[in-house]
Amino acid sequence: MPKWTHKHLLDLQEMSRDDIALILETAKSFKEVSQREVKKVPALRGKTVALLFAEPSTRTRMSFELAAKRLSADTLSIQAAASSLVKGETLLDTALNIQAMNVDLVVVRHSASGAPQIIANGTQMAVVNAGDGCRSHPTQGLLDIFTMNERIGKLEGIKVAIVGDILHSRVARSNIAGLTRMGAHVVVCGPGTLIPMGIEAMGVQVTTRIAEALKDADVVMALRMQKERQQEAYLPTVSEYVREFCITPDRLRYAKPNAIVMHPGPTNRGVEIAAEVADGPQSVILDQVTNGIAVRMAVLYLLLGRKAKV
Amino acid sequence: MTKVMDSDQVRRAVTRIAHEILERNKGVEDVCIVGIRTRGAILAERIHKAIREIEGADVPCGILDINLYRDDLAVATRQPVVRETLIDFDITDKTIVLVDDVLYTGRTIRAALAALVDLGRPAVIQLAALVDRGHRELPIRADFVGKNIPTSQSQKVKVTLREADSGEDGVFLQEADHA
Repeated sequence: MPKWTHKHLLDLQEMSRDDIALILETAKSFKEVSQREVKKVPALRGKTVALLFAEPSTRTRMSFELAAKRLSADTLSIQAAASSLVKGETLLDTALNIQAMNVDLVVVRHSASGAPQIIANGTQMAVVNAGDGCRSHPTQGLLDIFTMNERIGKLEGIKVAIVGDILHSRVARSNIAGLTRMGAHVVVCGPGTLIPMGIEAMGVQVTTRIAEALKDADVVMALRMQKERQQEAYLPTVSEYVREFCITPDRLRYAKPNAIVMHPGPTNRGVEIAAEVADGPQSVILDQVTNGIAVRMAVLYLLLGRKAKV
Repeated sequence: MTKVMDSDQVRRAVTRIAHEILERNKGVEDVCIVGIRTRGAILAERIHKAIREIEGADVPCGILDINLYRDDLAVATRQPVVRETLIDFDITDKTIVLVDDVLYTGRTIRAALAALVDLGRPAVIQLAALVDRGHRELPIRADFVGKNIPTSQSQKVKVTLREADSGEDGVFLQEADHA
């Protein structure tokens, strides 16, 4: 039986193949819980989960909150705009105050890479990274991998094309870390200015040609084109990006006929993905959202289901 | 390690329990079998088959995972692996026969009852166990028992079933020092 030894979930790079397999297997059971009439189990009764979001997020925060509630944990939500963070309190001070209220686990979203690690090092609480800067978004990576495994039936040997702004994408980094660990073949594709130097070292294939990236792919994942990047001169114009990289019905034909189309949301229809594709039969974008809750329930259960203080 | 039931005895006990279920409920109407993972689920499937052979009727059969309802989650040193609950029928107003391999403290059954009532409101819940070894910590008793085995609390009862374990069916009593 696989053994779970982690106290935190900060980065998928720290997870072994067995760890990821255990999370996926556990998530399968939790998906069933969310389909019941009574969508609640008492597994984490009496535990308290704090959601510390110092960066805007709707989907991820709702997903974590529902995940915690369906496990019977109590939740509280702290948003940057309304909190002492704007009054100048440091992140660690905020975290120590949360800890002083006997919170067991804190979910952290922050624009600075490494912020969740600082809280993990400075407090006794279990920490789940819900996205830090451009670095890592492990639960998004896990829910994407769960969805691929559910739809395709395996991960070993499948081809996954990730298209868009790889440079600023923590979603891409977490997917690459998890997918390569599970034996999938990952191709990243985007404008040269938006592909980070040395990304090949993570075990991926790199191309700037969309046809090559999508050829025979099992999974096509479009990333959100953050429009503000154009002002930062990474892109000449948005229309040039659309011309070269937008996932259109025509381009999707390069992939396998039964390939699935994914997007971490929120989508800019007509920029990184055509509306017909986002709403088309191959799209699993809303399944990703549904599966997100199951995967986050699995993560919270594994991190809190036992006496964590060692 | 002492063998207290061999494969023939296990087979006969399952057949007898199937007969008793039919007798108690006057047939198969509204009867559903629900086994507790892992070995209870295997026994449930066998009881389901036996009922089909005796009565010629297919009663609904499901699998319950009780780990999320355990009362020792907060104190267990390592959390149990959670698996799927597979019950594809509505349990409301049905006669549910809950099946487990060994009835001991009754805590597993308490968790199973909590899990079941979250899925619906059965008319009746009955309990079948292959072995009742005593030492209850909760007011719970079985309706159908394969064999009562008097034990001391230091002993362990081990059930092997060919679907889950290598070798053949059997029930064994283990002294604590061999555990």
